[in-house]
Amino acid sequence: MKIKFPKDGRFGEFGGKYIPETLVPAIEELEQNYLKYKNDPDFKKELNYYLTEYAGRPTPLYYAKNLTQKIGGAKIYLKREDLLHGGAHKINNTLGQALLAKRMGKTRIIAETGAGQHGVATAMACAALGLKAEVYMGYKDTIRQKLNVFRMNLLGCKVHAVKAGSQTLKDAINEAIRDWITNVEDTYYLLGSAVGPHPYPVMVRDFQAVIGEEIKQQIKAFGKETPDTVIACVGGGSNAIGTFYPLVDSKTEIIGVEAAGQGLKSGMHSATLSAGTKGVLHGMMTYLLQDSEGQIQETHSISAGLDYPGVGPEHSYFKDQKRVKYVSATDKEVIDAFLMLTRTEGIIPALESSHAIAEAIKLAKKRPKTDAIVVTLSGRGDKDVEVVQENVKNSK
Amino acid sequence: MSRIQNRFTELEKSGQKALVTYVMVGYPSHKDTLSAVRGLIEGGADIIELGFPFSDPLADGPVIQHASTISLEKGTKMAQFLNLVKQIRKESQIPLVLMTYTNILYSKGYQKFFKMAKEAGLDGLITPDMTVEESKEYLKAAKNAQLDTIFLVSPNTSKARLLQIVKQTTGFLYLVAVFGTTGVQNKIQNYTISALKETKKIAKGKVPVGIGFGISTPNDIKSYVKHGADAAIVGSALIKLIEKTPSNKIQKTVASFTRQLKSATK
Repeated sequence: MKIKFPKDGRFGEFGGKYIPETLVPAIEELEQNYLKYKNDPDFKKELNYYLTEYAGRPTPLYYAKNLTQKIGGAKIYLKREDLLHGGAHKINNTLGQALLAKRMGKTRIIAETGAGQHGVATAMACAALGLKAEVYMGYKDTIRQKLNVFRMNLLGCKVHAVKAGSQTLKDAINEAIRDWITNVEDTYYLLGSAVGPHPYPVMVRDFQAVIGEEIKQQIKAFGKETPDTVIACVGGGSNAIGTFYPLVDSKTEIIGVEAAGQGLKSGMHSATLSAGTKGVLHGMMTYLLQDSEGQIQETHSISAGLDYPGVGPEHSYFKDQKRVKYVSATDKEVIDAFLMLTRTEGIIPALESSHAIAEAIKLAKKRPKTDAIVVTLSGRGDKDVEVVQENVKNSK
Repeated sequence: MSRIQNRFTELEKSGQKALVTYVMVGYPSHKDTLSAVRGLIEGGADIIELGFPFSDPLADGPVIQHASTISLEKGTKMAQFLNLVKQIRKESQIPLVLMTYTNILYSKGYQKFFKMAKEAGLDGLITPDMTVEESKEYLKAAKNAQLDTIFLVSPNTSKARLLQIVKQTTGFLYLVAVFGTTGVQNKIQNYTISALKETKKIAKGKVPVGIGFGISTPNDIKSYVKHGADAAIVGSALIKLIEKTPSNKIQKTVASFTRQLKSATK
C-alpha cells in the first residue's frame, strides 16, 4: 500500500500538480533537489543533528497511566511531539525544508500558517539557519492565535495578515502561492502540511515520518511488536501522515480524527474526509468541503490548525483504500478531552491534538487492557488557553 | 474551423492583431455584465473572455479577486453563465472563452459541462491551474465538445515544455507577461519581450500567441504588437473601469475604452 515517491505525483487518483504555469519550473526544481538530497549522507547528517541537538528528538513515548486508569480500558501512550522545540511537530518539517532551501541557494522563505505553529517553527528554523522568513496568516487566526504572531515577530519574521475570503488557513495558502508566483526566482515556499502540489505531500510526509518510525521502535519497550492502534488528528494531515506512513504495511489499526466543530450536520465543521467530495484545491486533487457548484466552503473548528477545507491527498487515498479509518470529534468533546488530559496527567495538549485524545478516550473504553493505543500529541496547548477559558466560561 | 481560429484568420487578412477582453460574470451584477459585453462588442473587441468566479482564485491579483468575491456574494451560479452565453449568441458571433479554475469545471464533470457550454455557444477554455500533465480527461472532453483549449505559458517556461504545451493548445496560446498575478503593471519588462519572441518562434505556424497580465493601455498593446504579439489581453483594467462606472453608462464607457484599445491593434 505504501507509495514511496509517485513519479506522476499521484496517490491513486489523488494528488498531482494543478498549478499556474509560472510555478512549474519552481516545482520541478524542488522535486529534483528533494530527490537529490533526501538520501544524501551529508544532508541526512545535518538534518539529524538539528533534529537531535536543536529540536529535541527523539521525543518520549509516554505511558499515560492516570488517564488509562481513569478510563479503565486499553493502555494509552502519548507520542510527545509537544515537547519539541517550538511546542509542536511542525519543526520536523521546517528544519528539513529549510536545510533543503539553503542547499538550493534560496535566500527568502515564505510560509503559510493556521494556528501559528508552522509559522513559529518556520521562523525558528530560519533564524537558526540564517534565512529570511515571511509568513502569511489568516486575519481571523492572527486574532485567535495572537501569542504566536508575537512569537514570530520576536523571531524576526514578518507576518502578513490575510483579509481575503474566510481569513483562515486556506486564504493564507492562496496568498503565499500568489507571493511565490510573483517572487518565484529567489523564494522558497515552505509548506507546512502534507498538502499542495507534488512533491510537497510526499516531502512533508517523509520529514514527519520520524514520528511513526520512533513509535515503532519505542513501543517494543512496552512489550509490543507494533501498537494495536494509532490515533492522530487530521487537518491538512502532516502529523497524522507522519504517524501513519511507517505503520501502513503493519497490522496496526490506524485512525485519523477530523474536526467535527459544532457537529457534522451543523455545516460548521472541518471534517473533509468524513463529509467532503473530490475536487481540486491548492494544486492537488483530494477530498474537499465544497458546494454543488465547486465553490470551497467556509469551515469551522475550535482549533485554527484544523480549520481547513481540504486534506493531504495521501489521506484521501488511504480513506478510499480503507486502510485508515477517519472519524471526527466535536468542539465540545475536544474541550472535555483537553481538560481530562490536563487534569489527569498534567499535560496541556493543543486543541488540535485534543481531537486525537477525544477519540482515544472513546476507544480505550471498548478495548481490552492488553491493547496499546498510541496517540500522537502533536503540540502543546499554551497557545489555546484563552480559547479554552472562553469555552469553559460559556458552558458554565 | 472554430470561431477563434476564424477570427485570427480574418484579422491576419486585414493586417490587424486581436484584442481579447475580460469581464467577470455577475460583476458588479448580472445585468451589468451583459451591458459590459455589449460595450466590448460595440467597441470592436475580437474575443471575449468570461471570467467565472471561484472562491480561491490563486492566480488572480486584488482586482479580479475582489470581483470574484462580489460575484459570489451575489449568488452567481453556472446556470447564469450558460444563460449569458446564450443571450450573447443571440446578438453576436464574437468568440467567447470561459476563464475559470479547474475545480469549477471538475465539479460539473468535464464531459457533461463542456457539451452544455458548447451548445450554449462557448468556443474555448482558459484554466490557469490546469497543467498539461493533469489535462488528459480535460483535453479529451474539450475535443469531444469541440472547444478550444487555450493553455498558458510563462516567461520561465522551458523550450521543451513550450513545445509540449503548444501541442495541446488550440485557438491561441496565452503568454503570461509577468511574474505575478493578474493586475495592472506600469512598465514593460525586458524579460517579457524576450519571452514573447521565444514563444512566437516556437508557436509559429501552429497557434497565434496572445499576451496578458498587466496590460492596461493602448501603448502597452502597441509595444507588444511591435514585438510580435498576435493578441493582447486586457482584464483588470476593464474590471476597474466597470467598477467605477454607473450601471446605465457601462455599455457606452466600455465601448469607448475598447475602441481606444482596439485602435492600437491595427
